[in-house]
Amino acid sequence: MPELNLTSAPAHLRHGSNIGQPLTRRDGFLKVTGQATYAADNHPPGMLFAVIAVSSIAHGRVTFLDVAAAKRHPGVVDVMTPEHKPQLAIDPEIKTNPFVFRMEALHSNEVRYANQPIAVVIAETLEAATEGAALLAPRYETLPPLVGLDAGESFVPPVVGVGNPTENHRGDVEAGLAAAEKQIDATYETPPQYHNAMEPHAIVVQWDGDSLSVDMPTQGLKLSLARIAELFGIAHDKIHIRSPFLGGGFGSKGLMGGPPVLGIMATKLVGRPIKLVLRREQMYGPVGHRAPTRQRLRLGTDGEGRLTALDHHARTVSSTFDDFYEPAADASHTLYAAPAIRTSHDAVRVNTGTPLFMRAPGEATGSIALESAIDEMAWACGMDPLAFRLKNYAEVEPITGKPFSSKALRACYEQGAARFGWAKRSLQPRQMRDDDGLLVGWGMGTATFPALMFQAEARAAIRRDGSGVMEIGAHDMGQGAWTALAQIAADELGLDIDRVAFKAGTSDLPDAGIAGGSAHTATAGAAIHSAGAAVIAKLAELATGDERSPLFGAGNAGVIARGGRLVRRDDESRGESYAEILARAGVAEVEARGTGAPNPAAMEEYAMHAHGAVFAEVKVDPELGQVRVSRMVGAFAAGRIVNPRMVQSQLFGGMIWGLSFALHEEAITDRRTGRIMNANLGEYHVPVNADVPPLDVITVEEHDPHVNALGIKGVGEIGITGSAGAVANAVWHATGVRVRKFPIKIEELLTQS
Amino acid sequence: MNHSISLTVNGARRDFVLDDPRVTLLDLLRERLHLTGTKKGCDRGQCGACTILVDGKRINSCLALAISHDGADILTIEGVARGDQLHPVQAAFIAHDGFQCGFCTPGQIMSAIGMMQEAQAGNDPERIRECMSGNLCRCGAYAGIVDAVLDAQGQMDETNQRRSA
Amino acid sequence: MKPFDYVRPATVTEAVAAAAQPGAVYLAAGTNLLDLMKGNISRPDRLVDVTHLDGLDAIETLADGSLRIGALVSNADLAHDPAFATTYPAVAEALLSGASAQLRNAATVGGNLLQRTRCAYFYDTASRCNKREAGSGCDARDGENRGHAVLGWSESCIATNPSDFCVPLVALDAVVEIEGKGGRREIALDALHRLPGNTPERESVLEPGDLIVAVRLPPTARGFAAHARYLKVRERTSYAFAVVSAAAALRIENGKIAEARLALGGVAAKPWRARAAEDVLTGVAPTTDAFQEAAWRALADAKPSGDNAFKIELARRIVVRALRLAAAGTPARLPALPASPLASTSGAFHA
Repeated sequence: MPELNLTSAPAHLRHGSNIGQPLTRRDGFLKVTGQATYAADNHPPGMLFAVIAVSSIAHGRVTFLDVAAAKRHPGVVDVMTPEHKPQLAIDPEIKTNPFVFRMEALHSNEVRYANQPIAVVIAETLEAATEGAALLAPRYETLPPLVGLDAGESFVPPVVGVGNPTENHRGDVEAGLAAAEKQIDATYETPPQYHNAMEPHAIVVQWDGDSLSVDMPTQGLKLSLARIAELFGIAHDKIHIRSPFLGGGFGSKGLMGGPPVLGIMATKLVGRPIKLVLRREQMYGPVGHRAPTRQRLRLGTDGEGRLTALDHHARTVSSTFDDFYEPAADASHTLYAAPAIRTSHDAVRVNTGTPLFMRAPGEATGSIALESAIDEMAWACGMDPLAFRLKNYAEVEPITGKPFSSKALRACYEQGAARFGWAKRSLQPRQMRDDDGLLVGWGMGTATFPALMFQAEARAAIRRDGSGVMEIGAHDMGQGAWTALAQIAADELGLDIDRVAFKAGTSDLPDAGIAGGSAHTATAGAAIHSAGAAVIAKLAELATGDERSPLFGAGNAGVIARGGRLVRRDDESRGESYAEILARAGVAEVEARGTGAPNPAAMEEYAMHAHGAVFAEVKVDPELGQVRVSRMVGAFAAGRIVNPRMVQSQLFGGMIWGLSFALHEEAITDRRTGRIMNANLGEYHVPVNADVPPLDVITVEEHDPHVNALGIKGVGEIGITGSAGAVANAVWHATGVRVRKFPIKIEELLTQS
Repeated sequence: MNHSISLTVNGARRDFVLDDPRVTLLDLLRERLHLTGTKKGCDRGQCGACTILVDGKRINSCLALAISHDGADILTIEGVARGDQLHPVQAAFIAHDGFQCGFCTPGQIMSAIGMMQEAQAGNDPERIRECMSGNLCRCGAYAGIVDAVLDAQGQMDETNQRRSA
Repeated sequence: MKPFDYVRPATVTEAVAAAAQPGAVYLAAGTNLLDLMKGNISRPDRLVDVTHLDGLDAIETLADGSLRIGALVSNADLAHDPAFATTYPAVAEALLSGASAQLRNAATVGGNLLQRTRCAYFYDTASRCNKREAGSGCDARDGENRGHAVLGWSESCIATNPSDFCVPLVALDAVVEIEGKGGRREIALDALHRLPGNTPERESVLEPGDLIVAVRLPPTARGFAAHARYLKVRERTSYAFAVVSAAAALRIENGKIAEARLALGGVAAKPWRARAAEDVLTGVAPTTDAFQEAAWRALADAKPSGDNAFKIELARRIVVRALRLAAAGTPARLPALPASPLASTSGAFHA
């Protein structure tokens, strides 16, 4: 792949520079001209096409594949099956670390879920490989599949999410409920959902001598590299992964799944470069999903509408062969000041691909249930939903009692409500109509997402010509890493952004950590911050120790880097350019590394979360039950905003996911076969343009000195939380019908007319 | 059986011998002509990522057999800008942040250009939303897309007025 | 996709001869056929490409006032034809409520008439489906079937016809012109699609080689222009198949309904003409009571085929609403969201 040239965008499209500025995307020119190269856009010479065949049963064993028929098809080169495949260096069932998921690498004939890869057909053309896969016409020994939230005996998993305790409590929930003046006890269900990034998972892979060259979208370059290394027994430095652009990830490209491994196996088998791209329907299985949940919430309040207890139990599912448990009940840990809180989970195993993190894992599922329950409780108390939330505002994190590192939620409520016009809302449902007679409803939800930090490293350099370099293996899946991280780099290096060569998206660069948990900008940004500071310190050392420099004797702390120059803090007229410093020192460049990591002391002391308030208006046809969101306002406080333009886009996207959660998305599983009956984009509904109303985002100013050096909390996921509940609550307010099974369907709203 | 076909792709006439009638316009562009700006999101006409203009009209290239379009005039995302000079729709997509991951973007832009030529939506945001609903965006950039289309439509209307004045 | 012979006939006669062979199918735009072929639901041996045939892409008014629409006219070109949209507004509205702009640009009139069901069990080749494979059984019957038929279904098949276009067409007595081995013939659109009975694999009355060359709207269809609407309830605001839809067309004279036309979509294996409902509307004032009576008549024979009883009640309500909208008068311009209850001219009454 040619070196990315991100500065080719016409200059007039840029608006200012560096942190806090709404720069347009530096990769924008490439993306609007079709020149941005996604994995499947690569074509190494001699490349063959590989197409996966997947299982149509959910449980059992493959007993026969018509390999001969596939091989007879003109253009088919080989068929990779459990009997005919290169050996892996380790068993793909072994979990070598918690971030490794078990995968199907044709190591067995066993079938554990529908759409599981069972063979790979390799051919000269895509058409031949595709038909070859169809010709395999598998036969099976079928066993009854486990399907649904009641599939079998439930159990309490050891942990939920990524290492969260399965149960948490503070205070005595039963006593709190017993003492309550009013109570609600409500059960909500959320369906299986699939990430459905627009870009299907893909890999283009080839051997370059003894090195493996991989084009593959990944949210975790180093994790993927380590997984490939262990599976194939290759040294890390013999693997090169390029992932300059992801066509969306949402968690599904976070950890290496089976399909790209099959691509690498295929290239080993046939000795030629391979392109393997999942078909859309094949994305409903081996690449993760959001597990379904059934959540019971019991809330109690005193005579003044103060919560006395909050009990949140979530049932979820994992696969029959691995463990990921949607931590839905954890959503109740942080938002509402109940003196007694208990959260708990249990699970059943079903014949499904292993669930995975999907944009706001746990937070999204938990939020729609919690925010619905809060709305129901407010109504039971005869209170306005916002007044009820303010009455139960948590000044400290309820589950831990820790102070918040910062929390501007009150301002979010105020500014969001004012912009929306919430004060005019009727308390009673089914009171408002528009000019066309459609029912109008207003609902709200509180948004929250933890401010996480992972580990990252960056390398910074200042070159002889005075320009800068910042290298970090960061991932741009649409959130805007190419731009936001470059803005941070420019600030840290004291350079205009066009003077910084910002390198990201390949596995040979320093580890940026995983792009997930809304933590990438914070984590990678902290590493960039620290690397930038370190290289400037080295440069300053050269200058301040040299008596020929106007900075001589200033000391490292006594200089500031700005505009490609170091100047004295006490006299900014005295300084010199980076180029001058390096020229005199006779050094080609100075470089330094820096790391970003969580601060355990701060984590011990503070609860760290981003917050927000979302207000939604829906219109519902009073007789026909069709729903459309007509307006949404979200006010979010997420610490420092690096690029307001892209932050707004991220928050819009999250709000649309929330809307989709409430009204659209659902994988429909045939309860007899365990097959997903709408594994496509025609019937698995994600919102289309016409579903999305004018959106309004307010970013509430918030300074957080504790979360990380830059004060960044992250915005990738919080937009879903709050929004899903706000839309669901608006549907109730419009119709008077409380739907507790999501997505809300037309038939649920036909009860009245 | 081989079939000879000719297409005009982004202004240039291309003659091919097609060895397989199963090849769609999308796979022809991507895998044989290496014009990979046009994306495959679903391959079943359900996402719009593969939108191109054929004889001036936007269609899903995944559901079009190349062989059946012998003689067609095709415009893809690669043929929209003139060098560094972006089409107003392209520039507006950048200015209004009408994308995030960018994967649906070539299809969105081709669809927007096609929509403007159809002249059914004008500058009515609601009609634009409806007329752009054949292009899914999972990142949720719809607000920016509508703003970009409105902006580009406005610019092109202005240019046309100036020309006709 | 299975390999196939590709044939490009020069004339309709050649096309008919080529397509009459076993395993041959016609290819028009391919928006439905290629989808089915990619899913291995359809595995034809031969594609007879009719897109290059001359003379099938015209919209013409005949001497008797009929409108003849060539089978290769695209859905979009027809819907956007100003004269057509003014004269047959419910048909234009139905067309524009279907699929996406891209698909409407490609898809043809003839192809739309013959599009296959969206039943998930028909699409899922691992499921039993009598329509896909005669005699194999119907896994939809006890499956996930909240979207399935409530009228005209059988134990063999509960699939629905997904076309929007066909719904107003059948209400307006459209006629289909067919070229076949025995020459040209014509049949009412209402007679084109078959109900499943015991042979759901036979979806239409077409014989091998039969080519739809045109759809004709009779002169009487012009009489409803002032009071004709199509209404479609869906699970997304756009780009979704109907849960249930209805086309209503009225000829109102002196405050009374002189003639009514009503058809339903998404409820049966064919576009469902509701003649009994039309009968009760003839000669009465266009009141909500009358519309409700019509709705009861239209769904009198409906019964759930699964988890879809709500569709019967929904269909009744859509009938009432569509009639109310039609009575209120065709809008001067189609709403921004064609056929949507959420368009600003939805006609929902204040309760």
